[in-house]
Amino acid sequence: MAAQIFSAIFVIVVGVGGCVAYFWGANKLVDVIFPSRGVAGAAAIDNLRRQGMIRPWLFVGPAMIILTIYLIYPVVETLRLSFLDRGGNNFVGFANYEWAFGDREFRNAIFNNIIWLAVVPAACTFLGLIIAVLTDKIWWGTIAKSLIFLPLAISFVGASVIWKFIYEYRGEGQTQIGLLNAIIQYFGGQPQVWISLPFWNNFFLMIILIWIQTGFAMVILSSALRGIPEETLEAAVIDGANPFQIFWKIMVPQIWGTIAVVWTTITILVLKVFDIVLTMTNGQWNSQVLANLMFDWMFRGGGDFGRGATIAIIIMIAVIPIMIWNIRQANKETGGH
Amino acid sequence: MAVATGKSFASRFGVHIAVFIFVAIWTIPTLGILVSSLRDKDQIIASGWWNSFASSTQTEAGRLPPASAQVEKDGKFVLEGNIFGDDPARDISAFGVKSSAPTQYPAGTTADLGDGETLQLNADGSFVMTSTKPFEGERGQRVYYASSAPPKFTTDNYNTVLFSEGIGRSFMNSLTVTIPATVIPILIAAFAAYALAWMRFPGRALLIAVIIGLLVVPLQMSLIPLLKLYNGVGSFFGVPSKTYLGIWLAHTGFGLPFAIYLLRSYIAGLPREIMESARIDGASDFEIFVKIVLPLSFPVLASFAIFQFLWVWNDLLVAMVFLGTEGDQIVLTAKLNALLGSRGGDWEILTTSAFITIVVPLVVFFSLQRYFVRGLLAGSVKGG
Repeated sequence: MAAQIFSAIFVIVVGVGGCVAYFWGANKLVDVIFPSRGVAGAAAIDNLRRQGMIRPWLFVGPAMIILTIYLIYPVVETLRLSFLDRGGNNFVGFANYEWAFGDREFRNAIFNNIIWLAVVPAACTFLGLIIAVLTDKIWWGTIAKSLIFLPLAISFVGASVIWKFIYEYRGEGQTQIGLLNAIIQYFGGQPQVWISLPFWNNFFLMIILIWIQTGFAMVILSSALRGIPEETLEAAVIDGANPFQIFWKIMVPQIWGTIAVVWTTITILVLKVFDIVLTMTNGQWNSQVLANLMFDWMFRGGGDFGRGATIAIIIMIAVIPIMIWNIRQANKETGGH
Repeated sequence: MAVATGKSFASRFGVHIAVFIFVAIWTIPTLGILVSSLRDKDQIIASGWWNSFASSTQTEAGRLPPASAQVEKDGKFVLEGNIFGDDPARDISAFGVKSSAPTQYPAGTTADLGDGETLQLNADGSFVMTSTKPFEGERGQRVYYASSAPPKFTTDNYNTVLFSEGIGRSFMNSLTVTIPATVIPILIAAFAAYALAWMRFPGRALLIAVIIGLLVVPLQMSLIPLLKLYNGVGSFFGVPSKTYLGIWLAHTGFGLPFAIYLLRSYIAGLPREIMESARIDGASDFEIFVKIVLPLSFPVLASFAIFQFLWVWNDLLVAMVFLGTEGDQIVLTAKLNALLGSRGGDWEILTTSAFITIVVPLVVFFSLQRYFVRGLLAGSVKGG
């Protein structure tokens, strides 16, 4: 283990040192090749101009190279692979897409993804908003928010273990050590194997993601709520509005933009949800989702890259509208800065 | 905000109750694995963790000594002893001799087993069995009993998991993956962000748009081509394709769009006058960046560092694809996932391992929550 620590430290130093050396060295090199000091006026101005042309590319260069290799090239390549066979050698046209829409498991995954998309962003946003409003009114609100925020730091795998323990089922005659079944039994109900109940198991998996992400929605919405001008709320109180009217007619409309941001952020996350399904059910009992199915096909029987790529493209297609909206928003905001 | 509150006592009390319920739902699951990880492994399956401070009751089976241990007393054949041997740490509440009725007789009573045999089992485990005929056979009478043990807390689970289940090694692997995968993107992104915010060059607006577009590209799009690329590079140079260097670069690539986006929006907001006066004093862009921009950007660098740290530490997908699902290199999340498969019902292993995997993020999160929240707000509200 000591050797491992040393090699880790060594590599960290080399990696980070390499980055620093590149930026420092490249800059030095530009100064040496096109000196702006110690040369005659016209030449200095010329060299300054050349420096100005080169230097930005030195700064953005490494980022551009890495983005190209790790994101831009793969997007193009995945699109290409989705039209090829399992090994990526022969062109098969739309055969992978035809397979997908005829495949029972794929259709089940699409169906489940739609349910996830309908339930999780809505539930997180709604719960987050309620908690943000409530915690603003009490003296221990900050502590309460911290605790509700906490699951955001927990990995999906960790959260899955935590909730699997809650859903745990033990055979008849044994003590139920899962909290959910113990509660059901206490009230005279029949313990169930929750995660293998087709259809409903989706909701038990969704609860995990909602548990993790509500804190995110809460923090963002809470800060937006603080931005609401006091006067609008006071005016509403004077006009005799009750708390529900104030909430729905004064507060919610003013933070509509933030609600949309939270909603889309969680939507993207839901489209990529993988770890929870893998660790809880691995798609058994009709709980498959696209991201897990894709992972499955990447390795199933040595891997079918054509089908895997096809599923990835379908996830991507669902994200594109959000992507376009994002770029438009950003352009509007920077206004050509 | 306070004006929106109903003023009546009932409604204010209601708010406290409601928040309390939310907090309970959000903390109890985590508390469950923490408590369970500290319990004795037999007690975990004997009673729910919420009962862990009460004595746990379980039904067990034991065997009385064989016939050779009998003594003859007053014309009767007698077997005596203690069913717990030398370790009478438990209390028996009831016993029986049939598996269908393991708690037929209360402790301390003398049960008539028929055929002239009687059995008395006391709360402390001592028993007396008598018979009018001599006992026979190598195997003694089977006895069932319900016993309760006092709560027992232990750190044995942590010892087991860290040193014999391989979690300790995976913990080191996670650190080895996470630290460079956090530091490298910060450096690369900071330079790019500065250039995109304060330097003029053709194609800058397009580059910004591309980065914002890449923000939402699902990871799944990159996996197959990169897996092929890594395998290709590995076999071409005759080196392994699943290496730490490979996963650092992968995490760097996947983290860069958000890093550049977050840092750029912060650095672009720094006051123009500072930059310009430095430039007039003859400072180059490199000097401005290192001496002015970097120190001023500390809060946003910290925010991103926390994000990236948590994201890499908690990641399972990238780790499984680029480091594999078994072997010496696997990280905590992958190890935990493997344990879920191989040690499915062993909750003492699973809860303890899970707690070890979440303890680092929790510490980071609690100590640096301020920066984390600031990053969340900057990352999602400003640009959207």
